[in-house]
Amino acid sequence: MKINSPLEAYKYLPGTNCTVCGEQTCMAFAAHLIDRSRKLSECTPMLEEKFSKKLEQLQGLLAPEIREVEIGVGEKTVKIGGDDVLYRHKLTFFNQTVFAYDVWDTMDDKDLVERVKKIQDFKKFYVGNFLTVDMVAVRSTSNDPKKFASVVKKVIETTDMPLVLCSFNPEVLKAGLEVAKDKNPLLYAANKDNWQQVAALALEYDVPVTLFAPNDLDLLKSLAKTFAEMGTEKLVLDPGTFPSGKQLKETFNNFIKVRRAGIDGDREIAYPLMAVPLMAWMVHDDPVSASYWETVIASVFTIKYGDIMILHSTEPYAMLPELHIRDTIYTDPRKPVTVDPGMYKIGSPTKDSPVFVTTNFALTYYTVESDISSNKIDCFLWAIDTDGIGVEAAVAGGQLTAAKIKKGIEESGFNMKTDTSHNTIILPGLAARLQGDVEDETGSKVLIGPADSGRIPGWLEKNWPPKK
Amino acid sequence: MTNKMKLTQLTEMLQELNIESLEGVTIEGDIELNITGGGGLNPALAYALGHEISQISLHMANIGRMLGFPAEQLFASAFGMAGMQQPQAPSLGTAPRIQELLASKFEVAKMNNWNNPIQEVTLGATSTDGGSRKNTITIGGENALPYYFDAAMPHRNYVTMDVFDMPIGMAKAVKSNYDDVINDPAEWAKKVVREFNADMVTIHLISTDPLIKDTSAKDAAKVVEDVLQAVKVPIVIGGSGNPEKDPEVLEKAAEVAAGERVLLASASLNLDYERIARAAVEHGHVVLSWTQLEINAQKELNRKLMKQCKVPRDSIVMDPTTAALGYGLDYAYTNMERIRLAGLMGDDELTFPMSSGTTNAWGARESWMVSSPLSQDSDWGPREYRGPIWEIITGLALSLAGNDMFMMMHPTSVQVLKEITQTLYGSIEAEELDISNWIGAEV
Repeated sequence: MKINSPLEAYKYLPGTNCTVCGEQTCMAFAAHLIDRSRKLSECTPMLEEKFSKKLEQLQGLLAPEIREVEIGVGEKTVKIGGDDVLYRHKLTFFNQTVFAYDVWDTMDDKDLVERVKKIQDFKKFYVGNFLTVDMVAVRSTSNDPKKFASVVKKVIETTDMPLVLCSFNPEVLKAGLEVAKDKNPLLYAANKDNWQQVAALALEYDVPVTLFAPNDLDLLKSLAKTFAEMGTEKLVLDPGTFPSGKQLKETFNNFIKVRRAGIDGDREIAYPLMAVPLMAWMVHDDPVSASYWETVIASVFTIKYGDIMILHSTEPYAMLPELHIRDTIYTDPRKPVTVDPGMYKIGSPTKDSPVFVTTNFALTYYTVESDISSNKIDCFLWAIDTDGIGVEAAVAGGQLTAAKIKKGIEESGFNMKTDTSHNTIILPGLAARLQGDVEDETGSKVLIGPADSGRIPGWLEKNWPPKK
Repeated sequence: MTNKMKLTQLTEMLQELNIESLEGVTIEGDIELNITGGGGLNPALAYALGHEISQISLHMANIGRMLGFPAEQLFASAFGMAGMQQPQAPSLGTAPRIQELLASKFEVAKMNNWNNPIQEVTLGATSTDGGSRKNTITIGGENALPYYFDAAMPHRNYVTMDVFDMPIGMAKAVKSNYDDVINDPAEWAKKVVREFNADMVTIHLISTDPLIKDTSAKDAAKVVEDVLQAVKVPIVIGGSGNPEKDPEVLEKAAEVAAGERVLLASASLNLDYERIARAAVEHGHVVLSWTQLEINAQKELNRKLMKQCKVPRDSIVMDPTTAALGYGLDYAYTNMERIRLAGLMGDDELTFPMSSGTTNAWGARESWMVSSPLSQDSDWGPREYRGPIWEIITGLALSLAGNDMFMMMHPTSVQVLKEITQTLYGSIEAEELDISNWIGAEV
């Protein structure tokens, strides 16, 4: 992004505060354009003819430093790149790293279909959603165009996941493209020897293409510059992923260098990056070691700027941490993860069951919830809206107050006097200083629970039911 | 009147081609045409202007064509002749033929605002320094983010392995490594150094917790003495985490370990940190300044340790809290990265090396549970492979955020984490690999 203040974006907006976008003012909308929580297209007045020039200019200014590239078609299309910062706390990272797991053209049909389905169907529940993987990379190990085409065809028949077509032989790539031309696959790869033919294919079929220059950033940049000049900016850069020793250290620094240059404004190299953790299999014979190292390398380059990667191990012990580290890095660190405020029934609470208060910070909430439910304690648990801040900080910062607790309990239609037999609220130990205020505000008795919800079971034994 | 072709468009197109200079071409004067009014324009003037603009456009288009841009196509579409026969029928997206790669040199600037080195802290003392350790370990000293090319990293990462003063509940995959030593902290300490390559040992005095065994500070101190006898590496002494008891326990431990320059774990805002800090200063130890995922709390505690308790700068290590992968590591990672960046950029209250309780990864159900409790999940596979990688990835992420020292439990995790961090550090040799034809590899 070339601009970073709402004021700069505001200058291009209609300035009529028409509220069509849902914001009260154009300035508010401008602020959301800058933090990328709203899209320019949501300002429909800008689509009028008279604003076309400003629209175009603003689009240019708001465009991310690292280009965004789309692969695939339909629902499963993936977007990669699009980042503006080197550190996620500055803005957040966009378009999470795309995971492509490989198949190869010497596989027999049965194994192939089985593997593709395994890749497609892998899922892991996490905070309300399923984590899944994204793509299939078809490698030509045979170097035979016919074989490659038939395997690509089989993959397309089996899944609608986007594809990477992998070969250094333009004949092989062309054969694959003929079969997959409606699928917008990613070509892998142009290198110093085949770039002219691969460029011709990328332009002819209008598909994104990877440029491969192992440990040679001058060459990588030359390739990118040449391809852009020839008419395509749908590029992905692969600086080579060396899986061990000093070469791996160099790989690490290559990724950092390329991304830093791109964010700093070197347009010639500001493209998404590809890592190939699969290389771990070239140095480890034992499948567990290879899977471990592949996961380790995948994690390094999920954290440091890999936008897409090709992987091999489909062992769950490799895939689970890969999916979780990706989720970790692409969670927006500016917005605390929250649960909906309100009353949660744990187990089957009755009028005699305890009433606990906590915050709507997801981590706190889930910790308390699991501590209670795994000990089979029936109770009411209130997640008070603290803007997703944990107990200690919310008490200090005024997001957790007696008034908020009263409001939180009342708004769910719960009546402490009639819905409980004890009219007692249990505050977290870290909110002890609110005790008097909460008693005054709610007219309920207030007990102070333990500082750590892990101690709730022992605490209840001593303190529940409350003494009259 | 057709006027779709505008000078601004042309110049914009030229800009998009990344043309920095046009050799042999001079364009004199500012070409800026300001046509105001609509119907009031004199037709003759309009014609003359139109002629002039068209001439300029043609001239510019010729430049464009010389540079290889298919200008005729553009004119064709601009004048509604797109369907007409093209001189050459170029296929979709045809580009100028380029025979040679365009030369380009990659350059990138080093960071210019990382001016403040991280404090170096030495743990352990040899006989020359009044201790009995065979070696010391120094962490910190960085002038850049870990493993970055901006500045050499002076010290590698270190791993200190956990030893407990009584048997505790552990994930099966961890416990199976310690069955034989679980009742003997000294033997346990020996084992992690000898067999598992631990750089340091952490003795956790958890039995002192009034809710567990309420072992006296004096008895706990004996265990510390035993461990100091058993191993020659620097050690970390951890309390039980009970805020009432820990100050007393760590005071006593600091006393029996006088001169050994141990790391006292931990001073925190929710206990009497002053007592722990005083014990460290008095007996020549280092304090672990522990806060929970909050950068300002970390600053506050460090400030109190320095100003109020007079702990020297070279005797503070921070622990900003480790959450396991999938259990808040997103916070832990960013918190640590922000702390390290702030330190490098000169925040004196945050320029300290960092330690991580990486063992926390074993609290994640993915690391120890036999299988997923959710039937919709894909098979999680064998847990003996899942657990160690959970600890490895948790630690690895934090190492990239700036963490210097890891407190860990599983031997495999220790081995792999050490290998990857030392690889990135640059001290692992491996045979060079040619990956230029990797696609065809039999993998």
